[in-house]
Amino acid sequence: DEKLLSEPLSHPDFFNVKELFSLKDLFDARVHLGHKKGCRHRFMEPYIFGCRLDQDIIDLDKTMQHLQLALNFTAHIAYRKGIILFVSRKRQFCHLVESTARECGEYAHTRYWQGGLLTNAHIQFGPGARLPDLLIFLSSLNNVFQPHVAIRDAAKMNIPTVGVVDTNCNPCLITYPIPGNDDSPTAMELYCKLFRMTIIRAKDKRRQSEVFNELR
Amino acid sequence: LRLIYTTTPVRKKNVGASGPEKYTEAFIKKQIEEFNLGKRHLANMMGEDPETFTQEDIDSAIAYLFPSGLFDKQARPMMKHPTEIFPEQRKIQWGEDGRPFHFLFYTGKQSYYSLMHETYEKLLNVQKYQDQLTAQDLPPQKEKRNLAGSRWLTKIELEEMLLEKLSDDDYSRFIQLLQKLMTLPCGDIEEKYIQKFSKVVPAQLQKVVIEPLKYDERGVAFSTGEGSTRKTARATAVVYDNGSGKITVNGIDVLHYFPVLQDREQLLFPFQFLDRIGKHDMVCTVSGGGRSSQAGAIRLASAKALRSFVTEKEVEFMRQAGLLTLDPRVKERKKPGQEGARRKFTWKKR
Repeated sequence: DEKLLSEPLSHPDFFNVKELFSLKDLFDARVHLGHKKGCRHRFMEPYIFGCRLDQDIIDLDKTMQHLQLALNFTAHIAYRKGIILFVSRKRQFCHLVESTARECGEYAHTRYWQGGLLTNAHIQFGPGARLPDLLIFLSSLNNVFQPHVAIRDAAKMNIPTVGVVDTNCNPCLITYPIPGNDDSPTAMELYCKLFRMTIIRAKDKRRQSEVFNELR
Repeated sequence: LRLIYTTTPVRKKNVGASGPEKYTEAFIKKQIEEFNLGKRHLANMMGEDPETFTQEDIDSAIAYLFPSGLFDKQARPMMKHPTEIFPEQRKIQWGEDGRPFHFLFYTGKQSYYSLMHETYEKLLNVQKYQDQLTAQDLPPQKEKRNLAGSRWLTKIELEEMLLEKLSDDDYSRFIQLLQKLMTLPCGDIEEKYIQKFSKVVPAQLQKVVIEPLKYDERGVAFSTGEGSTRKTARATAVVYDNGSGKITVNGIDVLHYFPVLQDREQLLFPFQFLDRIGKHDMVCTVSGGGRSSQAGAIRLASAKALRSFVTEKEVEFMRQAGLLTLDPRVKERKKPGQEGARRKFTWKKR
């Protein structure tokens, strides 16, 4: 049992996440497109490659590194049977995110965030409720262009976060930010596909290792 | 959105939606065991067979053993199966390892949001189907569904369906989604899904059944108007065809029974309305009440009897003229502290 949990931690890329995406895939899905220069957030400047005709272009090399780290982390969490919660406040992609979560067997929250969901969980859901072990933000802002309340709440409750940060977002409190576009439908479909494949892969590997252990 | 006025008791508390687990499963199981035991005891007491003791028998036995003069039926002693008394509760939402069962559990309103999710999915399906049809150059299906005979579920009914509290905004959003789904030329694909959330409203006129004419030994057509009341008078009238306008009340001719012209005018009003004054004979029986209320009761009885002789349009005209409406006015009771029903005692300044 201890071997099950300690074995993946010895390899840097145990679940082989790198093969799921390539730079060309990211470029075709228009992940590198950011917002205009006026919307730029100060803390996103290290992740921006340059500016063309007033529109920011995100550095896809850095995106690749961050994406690999984030996917590896989600795979480890899914391997250890953690609860993953997908959060997004974009109305166009609400249905997509919810269907992705349902197919993975994980949870989603793309609706109005009630204030005490994480911090006041004892009263919201009865006593003994288990909180999510990872929050994945597919869009870091809410509908009023302010940072989503869940980022701050997860930081308060010591819950790690993975988030797609666009050029107008604040990447500070997110543990594994992924600089990338969160407005194009192709980009969102790509992210959903990647997360879905990593989670399913990690769960399958867990089931296989348990079966091997039982056989011994 | 139009406000729909319901006749269900106002402010009915939806216990199922208010909080998690007021009654545990063990408690309800115990209640069911006690109910079955009590049913057998009751059957033995009444001398009936415990195996074939139905709910109706239980109700009649309880009404016999504990007679109660209370007006409110729900305040009287009752013995019902616990599932009817304790409303449905939501059981614990997560399994042994702590993982919740429903994928939208962390939103707080899981059933409502899953309903919205499903409905939106149906909408997307319909749009895809429409695109397919236009790609194949087929004309879009146009079916007119009957909008007049149905209404959407009210907020309370939806809360009962979902076992969750809703706000007015949530309810209106859901109804807007359903209306949008209905306006698209979707056809049979989503009919079944929409029917789950709509109720049929039967038109009022279909309930009233007009009895057919009966024929007596001489071959003359007649019909009876029964159960008509006015204040305390009860009347029944039998109207015969091929008559000469003779009217008999309690075996006495109308001129002798009702010496006052006003009462006789009341009797003649239905016939005058339908232009059938000299064509029908009438025999009536009346009891109770006074002069004017007896006349009113006979008028209603004869109008009800005349419905069978006349076309549907004329029945509608009679209904609109007020000939077929039962007059609900009764003498109002006197209240303590007042001289009459409304009149107060003389107010003295000092």
